[in-house]
Amino acid sequence: MNPRYLPLIATIAIFLIAYAVCIAQYPNMLSTRVIGNLLTDNAFLGIAAVGMTFVILSGGIDLSIGAVIAFTGVFLAVLLQATSIHPLLAFVLALAITTAFGALMGAIIHHLEMPPFIVTLAGMFLARGMAFVLSIDSIPIKHPFYATLKSAYYKLPGGGRITLIGGLMLLVFALGILIAHRTRFGANVYALGGGAPTARLMGVPIARTTILIYALSGFLAGLSGIVFSLYTSAGYSLATVGVELDAIAAVVIGGTLLTGGSGFIAGTLVGILIQGLIQTYITFDGSLSSWWTKILIGLLLFSFILLQKGLIHVTDRRRRHA
Amino acid sequence: MSPTLKAYAIRLFPQVAALAVILLMVSIAFPGFFRLEMQNGRLYGSMIDILNRGAPVALLAIGMTVVIATKGIDLSVGAVMAICGAVAAAAITSGHSLAMTLLITLGTGILCGLWNGILVAVLDIQPIIATLVLMVAGRGIAQLITEGAILTFNDAGLIFIGSGSLFGLPMPVVVWLAFGILVALLVRRTALGMLIEALGVNRRASMLSGVSTGVLLIAAYVLSGLCAALAGIIAAADIRGADANNAGLWLELDAILAVVVGGTSLLGGRFSIAASLIGALIIQSVNTGILLSGFPPEFNLIIKAAIIVLILVIQSPRAQSAFVFLSRAGASEKKTEQEAK
Repeated sequence: MNPRYLPLIATIAIFLIAYAVCIAQYPNMLSTRVIGNLLTDNAFLGIAAVGMTFVILSGGIDLSIGAVIAFTGVFLAVLLQATSIHPLLAFVLALAITTAFGALMGAIIHHLEMPPFIVTLAGMFLARGMAFVLSIDSIPIKHPFYATLKSAYYKLPGGGRITLIGGLMLLVFALGILIAHRTRFGANVYALGGGAPTARLMGVPIARTTILIYALSGFLAGLSGIVFSLYTSAGYSLATVGVELDAIAAVVIGGTLLTGGSGFIAGTLVGILIQGLIQTYITFDGSLSSWWTKILIGLLLFSFILLQKGLIHVTDRRRRHA
Repeated sequence: MSPTLKAYAIRLFPQVAALAVILLMVSIAFPGFFRLEMQNGRLYGSMIDILNRGAPVALLAIGMTVVIATKGIDLSVGAVMAICGAVAAAAITSGHSLAMTLLITLGTGILCGLWNGILVAVLDIQPIIATLVLMVAGRGIAQLITEGAILTFNDAGLIFIGSGSLFGLPMPVVVWLAFGILVALLVRRTALGMLIEALGVNRRASMLSGVSTGVLLIAAYVLSGLCAALAGIIAAADIRGADANNAGLWLELDAILAVVVGGTSLLGGRFSIAASLIGALIIQSVNTGILLSGFPPEFNLIIKAAIIVLILVIQSPRAQSAFVFLSRAGASEKKTEQEAK
């Protein structure tokens, strides 16, 4: 078997085992309702994590997504409150802004040769600051179109619901997998993550790919912001603080190498579901405090990093013997 | 001026100039800015306030500078602050003496640094990822210690560290100044600083030339943990309680920013602790200045972002080669002018 798939398989195995343990303790957790809620509650995180996976696959990092999600939410809320434009038009505007914002960060990273960490940190401050300038209050969104979107769902057998935003997350993951493995852009992302000099020699257009990656991450963060505003029916500039860390954790738990070049979009979905499962378990248990989520996610993160280190070690040794 | 002093002056000039410009701008918007008053043997005034409020970031920046000089980064300092604040509060409320409490807390910080250092040096994990583990889990651990509540205390000795004064200066200022000078002397009066720079430029080469890179790397993260512990004690003593959720929140980013503003490259190598401390003061001056000059605090983050972008552009390799190109072009123009004459 290709050792490349091992982290992905380990992630899926951990999810299945964890779910089995949960069911053994609380049989009620085996229901389509729980699964439907798992998808709905983590929809915004999942969509943003797809963008983060692309960024990390290319060897970069994007710290701005939490702030961009909050900005999008506030932007939509202010726009819908102050003007009478249709939400769909507001969505298009929001996505255009966040995509341009991501592209700008990508351009700075490439053309000024600055580390993505600091550039996206500045982007995080800027986006959060713009959200503050728009409004420091939590603004409710009362547009009837929002109610229509929120009530749209596909009913599963057993009473579970795949809501619009849960379904959208699955769709984004499906498209992300297609882009990563079936398009030239996807191949370029992997090549860039393997090393910029090598990629340049292979003829990968570095500038265009870098800018596109961060534009994609910005677009998905914007989409995630729309989903989050649908989920909460409000825009608040202090919302989604630290979501970038959850997204990075999901990507790593999903088996993507943080040095770039190796990993799967599908793994990120499982990483998101594992995080959601921990939270659901804690809710079901009732006596455990929510801070156990953080400690457990930290432990998972650590074990996956160790697993990846071990794998690299093993493959290196095999290569040396061959 | 002696050559070393001159070198220091050249190195620190951009940071000092930036700080001066910012302070000047604030003093225009807020006239009483430079006024200092002596009351009950302690200095009061906006300048002292900046030194005092900037204490946690300044302390974190000391450790962060050394870590970044080794080509690393420590994302966990904010979480370690929360852990150490919680430990200090828990220790003092359970009846330990002040000395014992400080010892336990600093020990906790060292332990956290040791964990990070071992992940980076022994297991060879990328620093940004290795310290991410503690950043994510740390706040959970802190909440475990405080059991989710804000743990308050009223031990006079511990509170003194947060709001007392020594030599006319607030205690936090004394702590970060003394610690900064101590670390700077330690790395610059011995070969340690040079070895750290060598390690940051090329770990393999310095290992081959006999530097024990593993020990140095671990020591850098331990120092960062120790700084975070000190900052955590000050933050907790200041509010007389340990707030696991908010103590040190996002301060790792401010600390990294202070180091970057101080001109230490994120790619490792040459570093200056004094410049990072001035960087920390620049950040605090911006924060305080925006508040004092009556700007809505909402603009704080945008101004911060603008400053980072400006510094990034100035520091970027491409911009620097452009400067060199321009100055050369200017020089050659002068030359041709002279030749024409």
